[in-house]
Amino acid sequence: MPELLYREALNHALREEMRRDERIFLMGEEVGFYNGAFKVSKGLLDEFGARRVIDTPITEAGFTGVGIGAAMVGLRPIIEMMTFNFAILALDQIVNNAVKIRYMSGGQLSIPLVIRGPGGPSRQLAAQHSQSLESLFCHIAGLSVVAPATPRDAKGLLKSAIRQNNPVIFIEGQELYSTKGDVPDGDYTIPIGRAEIKREGSDVTVIAWSKMLLLALRCADQLAADGISVEVVDLRTLKPVDYDALLGSIRKTGRAVIIEEGWEFCGVGAQIATDLYHRAFDAFDAPIERVTGFEVPIPYAKHLEQQALPTAERVIEAVRKTLYR
Amino acid sequence: MSPAERLELYRQMVLIRRFEEKCAEMYALAKIGGFCHLYIGEEAVAVGAISALRPDDYVLSAYRDHGHCLAKGADPKRVMAELFGKRTGLCKGKGGSMHLYDVERRFMGGYAIVGTHVALAAGVAFGLTYRRQDQIVLCFFGEGAVPTGIFHEAMNIAALWKLPVLFVCENNRYGMGTPVERASAIYDIAKTALAYDMGHSTVDGMDVLAVRDAVGRIVAEMRRAPRPYFLEARTYRFMGHSMSDPAHGHYRTKAEIDEHKKRDPIPLFGQRLIESGEADADRLRAIDAELQAVVQEAVDFADQSPPAAPEELMTDVLA
Repeated sequence: MPELLYREALNHALREEMRRDERIFLMGEEVGFYNGAFKVSKGLLDEFGARRVIDTPITEAGFTGVGIGAAMVGLRPIIEMMTFNFAILALDQIVNNAVKIRYMSGGQLSIPLVIRGPGGPSRQLAAQHSQSLESLFCHIAGLSVVAPATPRDAKGLLKSAIRQNNPVIFIEGQELYSTKGDVPDGDYTIPIGRAEIKREGSDVTVIAWSKMLLLALRCADQLAADGISVEVVDLRTLKPVDYDALLGSIRKTGRAVIIEEGWEFCGVGAQIATDLYHRAFDAFDAPIERVTGFEVPIPYAKHLEQQALPTAERVIEAVRKTLYR
Repeated sequence: MSPAERLELYRQMVLIRRFEEKCAEMYALAKIGGFCHLYIGEEAVAVGAISALRPDDYVLSAYRDHGHCLAKGADPKRVMAELFGKRTGLCKGKGGSMHLYDVERRFMGGYAIVGTHVALAAGVAFGLTYRRQDQIVLCFFGEGAVPTGIFHEAMNIAALWKLPVLFVCENNRYGMGTPVERASAIYDIAKTALAYDMGHSTVDGMDVLAVRDAVGRIVAEMRRAPRPYFLEARTYRFMGHSMSDPAHGHYRTKAEIDEHKKRDPIPLFGQRLIESGEADADRLRAIDAELQAVVQEAVDFADQSPPAAPEELMTDVLA
């Protein structure tokens, strides 16, 4: 199995899907001539031309609206946000148009649309360019939200997202673009709505997604040295949540820690914790612990930035707390 | 244009007028709920503009959308049923007054966040261009949408990419209770298009033939050489902003409305038909009576239709 960078895996997904279906196009800032701000769309302009790889002015609301309009007449747009921080400008188009047009029209229209781009705090980019906004999107009825952590998942999930007939928010890990992993050759998909156990264990279930998966795996290694066996579940799709997978793990371990880079209040983990208690109150031997970013804008200074986000120390402490040791 | 076609324009304007009057009545009886914005006074814009399109051209509107939807050919029965929240409505009672859709007739929706559907219209035009089709997109919006940011993003994109969108600004002088002079830095709204090097003009929105002629010329040119165009139709609404507010009061006087009613598009055009000998007063009265019956039939249909289906609550969220 070839090893690919996360950004290359995404690039392959785009390329293969665009070859498969002429209705698919990629639109966004710097996606064409510049080859993508993060090089995810590298070479696509050369292969597909300016008709299908479309550079836009800096107008997130405008080109998101254009994408939705194009979907209304049967196209399958992929809209790139240079980063998800800028997607806030397009929030009205996403909330009021993309996910409502099908319903408002009584099912006369459907909006097959992928909005993708990097998200998550990153490398001293400071308050406005560095944040986790996934819970905002998870709140919206009718949106699916995907956040893959590995190159294999990134490719397989992006292909599934492109084949959906509904709007999908696809958040790529900005700090994951240069990570490497095995990616199967050719066409494969990973279904939306399926979590995956990335490391088996028996004492505590740690739930994470995107960049936090890497932190969870590092902590699991450290804890193994102390004789604590951590099972790491990669959520992969944040909405809809794969409760079967989570409950399967928790019925085994009886304990859970949810790691989330975003803010605590109304976070994705808050909803998951509530649902897990409702579905399997009897399965827990300890309260669920959440490790989240602190309720501040992300600071610029490196040590403050690190302090604001989940750290290995905090994750390990949370795991130990669920074990009462 | 044949006499029959001219009479058809008259007929459509009267249909919308009688339909909207009936909506006001039904709103007072609480058969229609929510926000309900009537098109009375502005009929010549929708009827004139849409009559110049091909049936396969696309139309989008804002929230004052009953007139555009009817002019695009929607069945009055299904529009009224939608307003009544019935399962026989165009959108099964899920859209309501501000969100009518009749996709089969290429009426692509009414949108109620001011300015935002202008980007959708550019997107529909982008999609048609991408698919190498030759239809035009006609996007109606009020002058209140012009100062929004999304409007300008969409104008720039449409001009930059030469998208076949005809932006039709229905300048009815008021964004809710705020007159255009207090909301827009320029009075001649059409000049907005100058910023995007876009063709533009202003038309008398109370004159159905003038609107039809202007749109006909613009659309013919757009089909020959696709690029957007901005048409400002100067019109006036005779009713309140919605059914929730009176026609006049703190922001305009009855005298002002009465002045504009002297140029009510329906009698204005009716008089021309009489003067040209294409119809007499009896013929126009007969048309009116016929359309009152059509509207009453729509009300009866809506009344007798079953309510929106409870089992439909969760359908149509996802395809």
